[in-house]
Amino acid sequence: MKNKGLIAFVESSNRLYRDEKLNLAADLRDMTKSSLAVTIERGPVDHRMQVFDVPAYDNQTVLDVVSWVQQNADPTLSYRFACRVGMCGSCAMMVNGVPRWTCRTHISKVLDGNKVTIGPLRNLPIIKDLAVDMDPFFDKWVAAEGVHHGGLTRDDPIAAIDETSSEREEANAGIECINCSVCYAACDTVAGNSNYLGPAALQRAWTLLNDSKDEGYAAILEIVSGSGGCHNCHSMGSCTAYCPNELDPMSAIAGLKRETAKSFFKRGR
Amino acid sequence: MLSLRLYMFQRITALLMAPFVLGHLAVMIYAIQGGLDTAEILGRTQGSLLWFLFYGTFVVAVSIHGAIGLRSIAFEWGGLKGIVLEAFMWIAGLGLFALGARAVWTVTYAQGIGA
Repeated sequence: MKNKGLIAFVESSNRLYRDEKLNLAADLRDMTKSSLAVTIERGPVDHRMQVFDVPAYDNQTVLDVVSWVQQNADPTLSYRFACRVGMCGSCAMMVNGVPRWTCRTHISKVLDGNKVTIGPLRNLPIIKDLAVDMDPFFDKWVAAEGVHHGGLTRDDPIAAIDETSSEREEANAGIECINCSVCYAACDTVAGNSNYLGPAALQRAWTLLNDSKDEGYAAILEIVSGSGGCHNCHSMGSCTAYCPNELDPMSAIAGLKRETAKSFFKRGR
Repeated sequence: MLSLRLYMFQRITALLMAPFVLGHLAVMIYAIQGGLDTAEILGRTQGSLLWFLFYGTFVVAVSIHGAIGLRSIAFEWGGLKGIVLEAFMWIAGLGLFALGARAVWTVTYAQGIGA
């Protein structure tokens, strides 16, 4: 049974060879699996830039990177997130100097070599590390009449909406805003003018102005014509360029400027 | 810090300035054919109500437009606020007007220059 022994030998060496190949492939994978140099802005007290060594994975968002640091390197790192799927608007941060929704930003999109710098959103007070105080952002949302101005009671029939009207199309254009404050952080006018209501609040005002269910037309026009209103906008367009939902606040603000200009000629104010 | 009224003044003066700038450039190109000559220019403008109104309105528009623009810059980049900001706007506007109006007056109705 010489042949049997030979076959067994060949089979076993084939197996060894295959195992060796698999091991080699695994080794190669490990060798290419590099790490990321992640610089995180810590603050506001004892403000400093801190570099963390974070393992790189095939699928990794900026939020995953921040979470890895908090869970494995420094549990005192503060940041904010909730849904992780781009709906809640909690996790926006400055990534390499520009505002982004971190849960939907793949790290490979923003890496500079193997480096990335992550900081708190611009134009808002820092609470700690990557968590900012969103109060000014939401206060301005309300100040810009971003509230429902109802005219009907529960006894009235539900108002019919013409989905094809141009007003409805204007209103629809802005309703997917998730209040992430990326546009607010991107806006250079907000940076130079703390009274300015900002792109998100003004876009909401434009949406409500065009919503046939909302009866706040006069109140909205009044507030957006004021000193913090739409006329401060220099149309630099960072809001539209950085909006993660690809909305267009700049055009919404241009709409408010047109509407207030018409009202100026009609009523002299 | 730009209210609707200031915004409208700035936009309306911009609308006015557009044809003035084009007219001014056209006249400049026309006037230098065959060399730049003071007598030729004054000959065209002196005593002319048309040129007085053309450049007079131009100067008013520039003063308003420029003062409002400088006001925005002073507020956003210079941090001026309140009455200081308003004073800055008025001084800039009146200053621009004084410089422009003097020039317009000199080449149209002032006596004794180039005559």
